[in-house]
Order: sequence, then C-alpha cells, then structure tokens
Amino acid sequence: MDSPQMDMPKFRRKKGSLSDETSLDNQPALAGTNQGTTPLTAMPGALPDDHQPATRQKLQEIPAPGESVRDDVAASSTRARFRTPEWFQIVWSNNKARVGIIMLAFFVLVAIFAPWIAPYDPQDSTFLGAQAPSWQHWLGTTQAGQDVFSQLIYGTRTSLIVGALAGLLATFLALIIGMTAGYLQGWVDDVLSFFINLGLVIPALPLMISIAAYAPVRGITIIIFVIGLTGWAWGARFKRAQVISLRTRDYITAAKFAGDGPFRIIFKEVMPNMMSLVVLSYISAANGAIGAEAGLEFLGLGDPNTVSWGTMLYWANNGGALVTGQWAWLIAPGLALAFLTTALVLINFGVDALSNPQLREE
Amino acid sequence: MRYFIRRFLFFLLTLWAAVTLNFLIPRMQPGDPAQAIVSKLTGQNAAVDPAQLAAVRSMLGTPNGNFFQQYLDYLGNLLTLNFGLSYSYYPYSVLHMVGQALLWTVLLVGVTQIIGFVVGTLLGTYAAWKRNSFVDTILSVGLSFVGTLPFFWIALLLLFIFSFVLGWLPAAGGYGETAVPGFTWQYIGDILYHSILPAVAILITAPIGWVLGMRNNMIQTLREDYTRLAQAKGLKPWKVAVFYSARNAILPNVTGFAISLGGILGGVVLVETVFDYPGMGRLLFEAVGNKDYPLMQALFLFTTVGVLIANLIADVLYGFLDPRVRKGAQA
Repeated sequence: MDSPQMDMPKFRRKKGSLSDETSLDNQPALAGTNQGTTPLTAMPGALPDDHQPATRQKLQEIPAPGESVRDDVAASSTRARFRTPEWFQIVWSNNKARVGIIMLAFFVLVAIFAPWIAPYDPQDSTFLGAQAPSWQHWLGTTQAGQDVFSQLIYGTRTSLIVGALAGLLATFLALIIGMTAGYLQGWVDDVLSFFINLGLVIPALPLMISIAAYAPVRGITIIIFVIGLTGWAWGARFKRAQVISLRTRDYITAAKFAGDGPFRIIFKEVMPNMMSLVVLSYISAANGAIGAEAGLEFLGLGDPNTVSWGTMLYWANNGGALVTGQWAWLIAPGLALAFLTTALVLINFGVDALSNPQLREE
Repeated sequence: MRYFIRRFLFFLLTLWAAVTLNFLIPRMQPGDPAQAIVSKLTGQNAAVDPAQLAAVRSMLGTPNGNFFQQYLDYLGNLLTLNFGLSYSYYPYSVLHMVGQALLWTVLLVGVTQIIGFVVGTLLGTYAAWKRNSFVDTILSVGLSFVGTLPFFWIALLLLFIFSFVLGWLPAAGGYGETAVPGFTWQYIGDILYHSILPAVAILITAPIGWVLGMRNNMIQTLREDYTRLAQAKGLKPWKVAVFYSARNAILPNVTGFAISLGGILGGVVLVETVFDYPGMGRLLFEAVGNKDYPLMQALFLFTTVGVLIANLIADVLYGFLDPRVRKGAQA
C-alpha cells in the first residue's frame, strides 16, 4: 500500500462511516426497482477479465475490502460458468437477500401479469363509489368508483418502471461523474466534487418539485427524468471514494504503462472491480426513485390519471378516504410501497456480501 | 483556522451555485420563459391577469435584457430581498408569505430533529453496547422495516387514526380557528396541541438513521485500542461505552445530521401538506398548485439556503469536536 492510501485512513474512515450511515439513512426515504435482474445479469460479463486474475493473486495479501472477494468470484466463475453464477450463489446464500429476491420476484410477476391478476380494469369507474371492502371489491372502491385492488395491482408496474429507469439514469450519471472525479483527481476532481457536494446538500424533493412544476406536460416520463437528474449525488460520492482506493493498485499502474488512456482504464480496469458497488447503488437509487415518485405524485405533480401507488394515495387523500373511513384504500398502497422498498433493501444486504466476505452467511 | 476558512468558502460557493440554480430552473424551458409561464397560467385563450404578468416579469427580470443582464437583475433583487408579489396571495409580497411560514417549519423541523438525533444516538449506543442482544435485534430489524414506510403515508395513517377515528387530535392547521394569536399560554398550548401529530409523524422515522448509524460506528470504536485500554483500566462498562466508544462514534453522525437535513425537508413538505400545517412545505405545495412561480422559487431558495447554513454550522461544530480535521485541513 503506498502513500496516498497510508495517509488516508483517518479521512477515509470518517467518509466510510458516513457513507455507511448514509446508505442506511437512505433506506427509509429511498425505495426502488424493477426487474432487479437487469443490473445483476450485467455482472458476469464484467467480472472475469482474463488478464486480471494473475495480477490479483499478488494483491491478495493486501486486506482490501472487495478485492479478495473479487478474486474468488473471478477465479471460480470461470470454473462454474455453466452452473449458477457465483455472484448469484453468494447473494442467494444470504438469508435476508433471499427473502428480498423472492419478494421482488413476486412484485415483478404481479406487474407482468397484472391484466390476468386484476379482477377489473383499474380505470373502470362504473362501480358504486366509496365502498368498503367486500367479496366483489377486496379493497373497496375509490370515490370515483374504481376497484382499489385492481389499481394496486396495476400500480406495481409504475413503481417498478420508475424505479428501474430513474435508478438507471441516476446510476449512469453517478458512474460517469464519480469515476471521472475519483480517477482524474486534480482540478477535475475539485470541480466535480463540488457538484457532488452541491447535489448532496440541496434538498432533493423541493428541487424536484420546482423542476416538475415547470414541466410542460405531466406524466411518468418527466418524473423519471426529474428523479434521475437529481438523484445521482449519493452514488457519485460512493463511486468516487471507491475509485480513489482502487486507482493506485498495481494492475492499474500496469495498464497505464501499457499505454491505456484514462477512460479505457476507468471502464475496463476499474469498473469491473466495483460492479457490486455499482449494483448496490443502483438498487439504492431505484429505491429512492420509487419513494420520490410516490411523494411527487402524492403532491399532485404526476399525471393524476395514471394508475400508481402515489396517485392512489393522492386520490385517497383528496377523495376523502379519511372522512369516509376507507382504511383499505389508504393502507394498501403504502404497505405495497413499504414491502417493495424492503425487498430492495434486503437484496442489498446480499449484494453487500459480494464485496465484503465478512458479511457472508454460511 | 484553515479548515474553517475552507468550510466558509465552500459555503459561499454552494450558496452562489444554489442561487444560480434557482435562476436557471425557470429558464430551462424553451422559448421566452416569461411568455411560457404566463401562457401556462392562463391556459390557451384566456386573458392575462396584469398582476400575474407583473409578478412573473419581476421574478424573471426584464425580458428584453439579455441573459446576463437578467442574471444581474436577479442577484440585485436577491440582495434587497425583493422577490416580487405572490399572485396567489395577492397583494402580499413573496417575502411576507415566506416570513409567515418560516418560523413554523424551523420550529417543527428543529425540535423534531434534535429530539430524533438525541434519542437515535442514545438507542444506537445502547444497541451497539448490547450487540446481538434481544433489544439490539428488535431495534435494528424493526427500525429497518419502519424506515421503509413512506414518510407521508405514516402521516396519513396517524391522521386517520387519531383525528378521524379516535378524534383525539386536530386534523389540520397550526392552531385552532378560535385561537387568538398572541404570547399567551393558551395560544402556545394550542400550537403545541396542533403540532403533536406532525411532530410524531416526523419523529417515528427521524431517529432511525441515527440509531443504525450510531450502532455501526460504535461497533467499530468498541474494537479500538482506546476502548480496550479503558476496559483494562477497570472502568465501569457503561463509562467505557459512553465516554470512550460513544464519544468517538458520534462524530460521523454530526456531519450526517447536516447532510441529511436536505432529505428531511423533503419529508417535511409532505408531512406539512398532509396536516395542513402552516409551514414552508405546505406553502410550497400550494404555490405549485396555484402556479405561483415567484413564491415557489423563493421557497426553494430559502429552503436551500437554510440547509446550507445548517451544514456550515455542522462543519464548524465538527471542527471543534474533532481536532484532527482542523489539523489535517482535509475538506
């Protein structure tokens, strides 16, 4: 370990513990997803980079978090290419993550098969309004006479799509900004770090509200963009810290001597070694996006005519669910949001174990 | 000293960036922003209300001036705290409206966050100290789940249960309709009575981040040599936990406190809206609903500046608490 790292611990520990706490802190507010499989399937291709294991063996003596695991994964995934991928086994072997994956799979299935599961068209307002739960309407009907249960089923789609896409946009921005800042350092880092810090301190929801309020149209697309464009700062901060700790490794130096340019090094050498962190922050970002979407729509900044958990709560609040005592209309969307968020948080426990063997459960 | 200067410079720079962002947001849409806003306000063919037009113009600066001129006008208006007139609360000025709401939010957020921080830190200390005990498991697993519950949904449920079903607490407002504003016990009591639900809604989730953060930090510091030394000295276990481990573990939470404030304010917007609490969050919600753009911009600016000031205070405090930061001058 060379000097830049030696004089870092003090500084890093502060950062590290802060980010631990942030990630936890995020979890309440954050929420998110989609086919959580998308980010995960992106990994195996990235992991076994043929020219790396040899260099890495040497590095194993260095007790760097993330590094040794990568070796196991890289080494054995070549062996186990035709069985279940190693990364999946690790995530799956974590009890919490297993519960999370099952929960998420359930939500994904519900979203895909919504038309078959939902008893009615969610927009069909021909029923008697403001009815209590019954055999015909398991969760009652809305003020306008739509079936709450059908809305809940279809609402899953909106949350999953927003989480997936807004999370993707935020993670993409975070990757570019965080990795460039961490790798290049110097004035580029100073400028980008300033923007990262700015993004961290500016109150996100008021910012989203002001941007969304000017949008010429209301709807899910605009919400995805607003959330994605405002939600990258946490991820960028994580990635920058990670790159700073990786950039002085031997294999990076080797790549530099081989004449690789900075962007090739960032994406070919550095990124494969932080895939689990990228996935982790993707899931967090998606989680945050799902929460933010519900909040924005609850405030009426979405298109109130789309079916989503956020708009359900918007109508429940404005349509008098409180006064008429329709508890099911009020409780169901919130619980659905909470369970989806919990699923993603639980999966992240397993993803965390990818890069930190201490967290693995045997 | 260098540390403090750096923090202050960072504050000034972020302040400038936030102010500029606030200037740019309304101008991000294509075409003449003033025209776009006015046409949005009035719909396709309706007549333009001169008061609204004037308000938009004063918010955006002279439409004929170039971009840079508008920016200078905007900065000049800021320095004189001239935010124009609110057109949903015409003839009140934006500043007047913000001023009315400011104290409500500052009190609500301030009190709940301080309580949340203290309670959370104490619980986190206890959980880490009694790691893997029954209480610890309940705390870390239970709170993790509660933390995933949407902020505004908790507020809605509380409102539903305690105001509509049980009828114990008022459903809306910051004070009763018959209350006479003034510095009387009756009025203050009324305010407290009305703030119970919003405060509880925030307090249910507020300590969670601190509990989990403190627990994580303290599990680290419990392993440090100075903790072992304190144990070897034969100090009572609780003394070791509080004066050696907790004392060091609390540091990251101080910076975390400031940084998380931005996120908390988002939640406060929602909670205030649910309870119709007369603070900045509800005002922002109403400004958006009424398309009162000058008021909206000013509220965004005030909220951001508030968070930045809180961050500066936390940074300065951190510098006093942890001499290493001052010496290292690492920003």
